[in-house]
Amino acid sequence: MTIEVKNIVKKFGAFAALDNVDLKVGKGELLALLGPSGSGKTTLLRIIAGLDWPDAGEVRIDGEDALGHGASERHVGFVFQHYALFRHMTVFENVAFGLRVQPRAVRKDEATIRARVKELLDLVQLDWLANRYPSQLSGGQRQRIALARALAIEPRILLLDEPFGALDAKVRKELRQWLRSLHSEIHVTSIFVTHDQEEALEVANQVVVMDKGRIEQIGTPGDVYDNPATAFVHGFIGESIVLPVEVAGGSVRLGDRPLNIAADGAASGASKLFVRRHDMQIGPAGTGSLEGAVRHVRSFGPIQRAEVALSGGEGKMVIEIDAPRDRELQAGEIISLQPRRYRIFAAQD
Amino acid sequence: MSTQTSFVTPATPLRTYASTADLAISSPSARRASDRARAVAVSKDLRSEPGPIRFIIIALAISFLTIFVVLPLVVVFASAFSKGISAYFAALAEPEALSAIRLTLLVAAISVGLNLLFGVIAAWAIAKFDFRGKTFLITLIDLPFSVSPVISGLVFVLLFGAQGYWGTWLQAHNIHILFALPGIALATIFVTFPFVARSLIPLMQEQGTQEEEAAISLGASGLQTFFRVTLPNIKWGLLYGVLLCNARAMGEFGAVSVVSGHIRGETNTMPLLVEILYNEYQFVASFAIASLLAMLALITLVVKTVLEQRLDEGQMPRDESK
Repeated sequence: MTIEVKNIVKKFGAFAALDNVDLKVGKGELLALLGPSGSGKTTLLRIIAGLDWPDAGEVRIDGEDALGHGASERHVGFVFQHYALFRHMTVFENVAFGLRVQPRAVRKDEATIRARVKELLDLVQLDWLANRYPSQLSGGQRQRIALARALAIEPRILLLDEPFGALDAKVRKELRQWLRSLHSEIHVTSIFVTHDQEEALEVANQVVVMDKGRIEQIGTPGDVYDNPATAFVHGFIGESIVLPVEVAGGSVRLGDRPLNIAADGAASGASKLFVRRHDMQIGPAGTGSLEGAVRHVRSFGPIQRAEVALSGGEGKMVIEIDAPRDRELQAGEIISLQPRRYRIFAAQD
Repeated sequence: MSTQTSFVTPATPLRTYASTADLAISSPSARRASDRARAVAVSKDLRSEPGPIRFIIIALAISFLTIFVVLPLVVVFASAFSKGISAYFAALAEPEALSAIRLTLLVAAISVGLNLLFGVIAAWAIAKFDFRGKTFLITLIDLPFSVSPVISGLVFVLLFGAQGYWGTWLQAHNIHILFALPGIALATIFVTFPFVARSLIPLMQEQGTQEEEAAISLGASGLQTFFRVTLPNIKWGLLYGVLLCNARAMGEFGAVSVVSGHIRGETNTMPLLVEILYNEYQFVASFAIASLLAMLALITLVVKTVLEQRLDEGQMPRDESK
């Protein structure tokens, strides 16, 4: 099923939680809404589900106007950050809830409901917990039961609000992979909200980066990482080195030091140079456009992370770079740096 | 006991650091356990009073309770049965007594029923919605607690009495509120209003609206959501409030006394009858009725203890889930 959101505006008092948001989600996609807290991503999700109402705009699910229907009529599966399992019901009854509250005319008989719940519990691999209460489950188990409960109503779309936010790192990692494989198995159009970029890049096949109620960029994980559309996206996704530079007539200067890079059409004036930590080419002193002294080096896994104090420019600038292990760095060594890949954005904010 | 704790304290960290794999998982809980052990040891040192002082304090508390709570209760029952069991039951079988019991039960049923409804609605509004004047509403709910019951009764006299605002109109239409069942019920409802709302508001506020939202997104209607999700979650708190509301409704004296008019066999509730009989030196009859109220108090106490345990049990998984 497709989801279409047009010109959505939502204000809480004077604060605009969503400011003219447009979004299209294709059939079978697994899309991540990524942004810092307060960026409006959860509000957008709740509006699609019918748990919040926009001040203006349109929501269409499968071409049909969703704002004409309340949440209970939208057939949307919603998974809450804190699970929201019914605490007085067993796991089995939790999953069966959506089937039991159907209007009598379409309600399945008891045997069908039991079979369906069993099937769903098998799908989330927790059939052995059917008679437990939510308080007796671990966080990861609760989240999977919440997902099974949402899937019970055969939702047209599946919405997940920070699904792994309340879990510890290890469980979170497992559940991510599990969600991916589950999605490729059942293929329901899904949107999940997260503030964790790693989660978004790893799980989703489309990422929507949001900030301050606006969409900054929509693209594949590779897209938003390699070709960030705005300074915000570059800073938010992946670790970046940010240098305040001056662009003048196609040349770029850091303080009084000209950098040997093209301005790439960036407008003249105060700007910001964004470089990924691993996109700094390291050479012997005097070979690159930046120079600095290595302050100290930490090595782990395939990389060594070095803190470098840049010389030149006003004030002391210390940046962190990632170098491969085969180029051994020493504390106190003077090295030169040359950005391999970089982006320049106007420095208005 | 104290020697045992001092053994535990150093041993736990040793075991923890023995295997590094365990470290991340077991060390916080182990440390908490050893902290607790240490805390127990410390607090024991600080709190252990000399034996005699401990004895005196406990004895004081017990004798105080005996004199002010147990003794009166015993006296009530002793006086009620002072002329024998048959006199006791004869007193209860008097038409006046039966009428008072009937009226009390009726008034309690009406006021508990209505306050159940009002209380759930008020608690629902306060806990689940945000609106202007919410704090004011919460304060207003507490008003009956802070006003003397006599004033509460007087308010209704001022409203519905012959010289009151609506008195002449009511008289013209032959509607009896004061010195009749409606007046007694109104005064009782006013006095007992806070119980249900008060016991539900914190519970519902803590539970939030997520479970309701989940139910609605699963296709449940408003009524289904209330009866299948909200009500089961608040049932123990609701029963607790109803219990206290009922105890107060049956025992209310001041407010009811003002509006009842003391018409014998008609508008006397049990507490009012106790006073009247006592003033007429009918001690057995007076204490027989009083013993019924005392029994109500005892039953209320037991049920309240059970409900409080249930509420605590209900609370535990909630705390865990956070």
